[in-house]
Amino acid sequence: MTFSTQRPVTAGAPDIGASTTPAPPGRLPVIAGEWIDRTRRLAFTFEGKAFSGFDGDTPSSALWAAGVRILGRSFKYHRPRGLLSMANHDINALMQAGPRLNLRADVEPLEAALNLTAVNTHGGVDVDRARLLGWFGGLLPVGFYYKAFHKPKALFPFWERLFRRITGLGRVEFDAPHVRTPKRYDFADLLVVGAGPAGLMAALTAARAGAKVVLVDENARIGGSLGYQRGGNDDTLARLRALESQLAELPNVSVRTSTLAAGWYADHWVPLVDAKRMTKLRTRAVLVAGGAYEQPAVFRNNDLPGVMLASAAQRLIYRYGVKPMDNAVVLTANADGYVAALDLLAQGIGVPAIVDLRPEGDASDLPTRARQLGIQVLEGHCVFEAEGGNRLAAVVVCPTDADGRPQTSAPQRIACDGLLMSVGWAPAAPLLYQAGTRMGFDTTVQQFVPRELPAGMFAAGRVNGVFALEAKLLDGERAGAEAARFLGFAATSRITDRPTETTSPSHPWPIVEHASGKNFIDFDEDLQLRDFYNAAQEGFDNIELMKRYTTVGMGASQGKHSNMNAIRILARIRGRTPGDIGTTTARPFFHPVPMSHLAGRGFSPHRETPLHSRHEALRAVWMQAGIWLRPEYYAAPDKTRIELVREEAAAVRKAVGLIDVGTLGKMELFGPDAGEFLERVYTARFANLKVGMTRYAVMLDEAGVVIDDGVVARLAPEHFYFTTTTTGAATVYRELQRLNAMWGLRIGIVNATGAFAAMNLAGPGSRAVLAGLTALDLADAAFPYLAVRIGEVAGVTCRLMRVGFVGELGYEIHVPADQAARVWDAIMAADAGVRPFGVEAQRLLRLEKGHIIVGQDTDGLTQPDQAGLTWAVKTDKPFFVGKRSVEIVRKGAVRQRLVGFDLTVAPGGPVPKECHLVIRDGNIAGRVTSIAWSDALQRHIGLAFVEPDLAVDATPFFIRADGGLMVQAKVAPTPFYDPAGARQKLA
Amino acid sequence: MKLLRCPVNGVRPVSEFAYGGEIRSMPADTCSDIEWAHYVFNRSGVPGVKVEWWYHIASGTWFHAERDTVTDRVLRTWLPGDLPPAADGKAA
Repeated sequence: MTFSTQRPVTAGAPDIGASTTPAPPGRLPVIAGEWIDRTRRLAFTFEGKAFSGFDGDTPSSALWAAGVRILGRSFKYHRPRGLLSMANHDINALMQAGPRLNLRADVEPLEAALNLTAVNTHGGVDVDRARLLGWFGGLLPVGFYYKAFHKPKALFPFWERLFRRITGLGRVEFDAPHVRTPKRYDFADLLVVGAGPAGLMAALTAARAGAKVVLVDENARIGGSLGYQRGGNDDTLARLRALESQLAELPNVSVRTSTLAAGWYADHWVPLVDAKRMTKLRTRAVLVAGGAYEQPAVFRNNDLPGVMLASAAQRLIYRYGVKPMDNAVVLTANADGYVAALDLLAQGIGVPAIVDLRPEGDASDLPTRARQLGIQVLEGHCVFEAEGGNRLAAVVVCPTDADGRPQTSAPQRIACDGLLMSVGWAPAAPLLYQAGTRMGFDTTVQQFVPRELPAGMFAAGRVNGVFALEAKLLDGERAGAEAARFLGFAATSRITDRPTETTSPSHPWPIVEHASGKNFIDFDEDLQLRDFYNAAQEGFDNIELMKRYTTVGMGASQGKHSNMNAIRILARIRGRTPGDIGTTTARPFFHPVPMSHLAGRGFSPHRETPLHSRHEALRAVWMQAGIWLRPEYYAAPDKTRIELVREEAAAVRKAVGLIDVGTLGKMELFGPDAGEFLERVYTARFANLKVGMTRYAVMLDEAGVVIDDGVVARLAPEHFYFTTTTTGAATVYRELQRLNAMWGLRIGIVNATGAFAAMNLAGPGSRAVLAGLTALDLADAAFPYLAVRIGEVAGVTCRLMRVGFVGELGYEIHVPADQAARVWDAIMAADAGVRPFGVEAQRLLRLEKGHIIVGQDTDGLTQPDQAGLTWAVKTDKPFFVGKRSVEIVRKGAVRQRLVGFDLTVAPGGPVPKECHLVIRDGNIAGRVTSIAWSDALQRHIGLAFVEPDLAVDATPFFIRADGGLMVQAKVAPTPFYDPAGARQKLA
Repeated sequence: MKLLRCPVNGVRPVSEFAYGGEIRSMPADTCSDIEWAHYVFNRSGVPGVKVEWWYHIASGTWFHAERDTVTDRVLRTWLPGDLPPAADGKAA
């Protein structure tokens, strides 16, 4: 066994044996197996007052030992609340410690120097001014938010501010330290959730068979009910010690305490949450032995401090050595309540009465034993109401009739400072639900139990409807063996079927009506019994609707102590069984988890081209292009962005510029069917493309929408090299692979995007610069426009393409990535006039040529005809992707066309921006896709989608610019610059 | 997180995969415009066992997966052009 916990198990802590020092007030003498270390005192404050506890305490246990009974205030009525479960659902004892919010005082380890405050109080937990709200409770029925405060509308902000001030749990500190919580990953054959008797036996059985087992328990120590449901002696503790030592001999079990299995995801992927982090566990099977949540009884004032679940008192005693009360009435409907009474007696706590809801009482010998010990046992009785101000002072007990209704004619008032509730359990089954288990209501145990478990899911113990200790151990063994066999290990068990209970551990109706209400169902949300009747009366009589209308189960305990009673109430209202009503869905994570555990690191990876360091040295200003970083422009002292972009563009127009275009997708295509493949995936002809030439290529989807473009170069009859857009590289490559997986053509396709760098040397001076670096014949006849050549540049073998994207004589040079810097440096050194230019200048230069950018000047509906690409679409081919759609669309009217436009801006007037709308007669008639000031043309130019009748040269139209101002533009032919294309074809 | 079996790389977490849609055959050239539009724009949402395209991103492998969309169970996976293997007996 390996053992991990967030809290070191203190060595030398007194375990078994009495201490000689007297116990402090509120503490019991040393308890065998207690979790506290009485040699280590921890000082802390609560609500500004100094307290001390022991290492191993929780804030609740230390405060309760110190006599504090008001640990928090309720959410809605601000009623005083003490402790309820000591089992991680004491929502009214949420505390704040500086920046730490939602500290669960019932389970979080006490630390030295904690400064704790109760949340949701006004003026402190003892005198909370908002408690006055409780007196107006009758005016605040469930749903009152929706009903009362929406009229008049003008007052709503007032109410909203008020509610925000008086509700909420804790105060966010904005200077809270940033805490990093790295994730962990782990693997196992079997995850066992819950280390009580069933879980321990299951883990032992499966591990002995050979499975690698991870055993988790949300508590600080393992053992579950073996540790605290003792019945006045230490027999169960001895059994726990025996199981622990057996577990310790198995190296293939990892035990993790203070760890919560917070959800179930597909194929057994379970987040394990502890105080520090989340571990994502991949396991082959999951065995849920998470036990059951003890359920409260419902009667008037069942929330008074001092009223608690029986298991809460037992935990106080056996884990923390805290005396829960001096005198306790035990309200029960099962054997567990009698066991709890024996536990109290063994610690010298008075038990004036056991009130058993069942007319027939308990079938075991426990009532007889209790009577022998002097306890008054009242069968067929209920607690009608509890009395007291800020703490319990007495309970009023009366008999019930055959329907369980209280007979108040002869009430009996019993003074006490404690009331234990032991009336039933609800299964801790969220993981089973999430995994798709079919659950059914078993009337024998009055509980939902698994009926059909999905492959690899197992359940044992109370969650499986098994409550007697021996039966739980057997059931754990059975489930552990089943899980081992599922995993392929040989394993046997003494039983093969779930043991059956003879009496129900849960009462079917632990609810007592009271004319004055304050009989709470949900302690998170202060929901009373009558709220449910009201909700049903208003039509919310489906469990999901009722949950949302009343908010039952939507508080921080997520219904652990309220859902089952809500189901019972609804079943009774509708005359159905709880099985008919069903449960709500408990989604992962079913227990609150700090946001910091879930948050990932800020991780947004980007790609850098092989020339990144060169751009950095040239003071590039970076921009995002897809996942790439690209130079937007290059900075220079005392110059603005606009000035620099214009200078860069002017250098290309007048001299020579160099831009890194290595982010383009770059594909290699080989094979006898390579030409045929390109014919099918692009709209133009490629079978007839001559070796040594390139051609512009447009790709459509099946709907005929333009999705990508690029340049295809034929390097050999069966070898093509082509580019895609920067952002499209990965998706285009993926789709091309899929298409050929379907077509089975004889081709091979390689994504060479990262293998090649690329740069475009452009401008009237480009040929002269390149001539000094290569032996290639650059004469127009030998290397014409649109040709591709392979040759050495600066001693590196490159692929050179004569392209015209920016509208000047230019060479796109593709070079193996590891040689890119060498070629770049050689070009930059060849001529002091070579000016590097960035993406912004390139966007301007291509706009002057009217070249579109797919994704900017097209959108998810743009057909090639709308974008002026008809020339590139060869519908006389037998097939290409999207051809049929293009043909069908051509039968109808074009809805919009992309046109060039120019405009003259009045001095100081607004300049339209990309995405500004074209407006005609007050209606939208198009939108601007690109716009820029052109130095070369001395005017603003742009591209816009307009309705087809506007798409005629020189047609004026209006663009609505910032501030709603209308700017007149007019349609202009493209290219705006060098319409004949003479400059790029420069001979 | 779900696991998926790539026919080449074995069982991998689903985050390594991309979904490529249900496998549908393109109608013949002779189909009507309406039939073509139906093929392009409409997808069947009827729950049940479907054969789908899946892509293992890390290795660039497209394959077919037979998946029950009711239970989200993948019954079998195979490479295009191969015969589907025998379905997982535990499925259904």
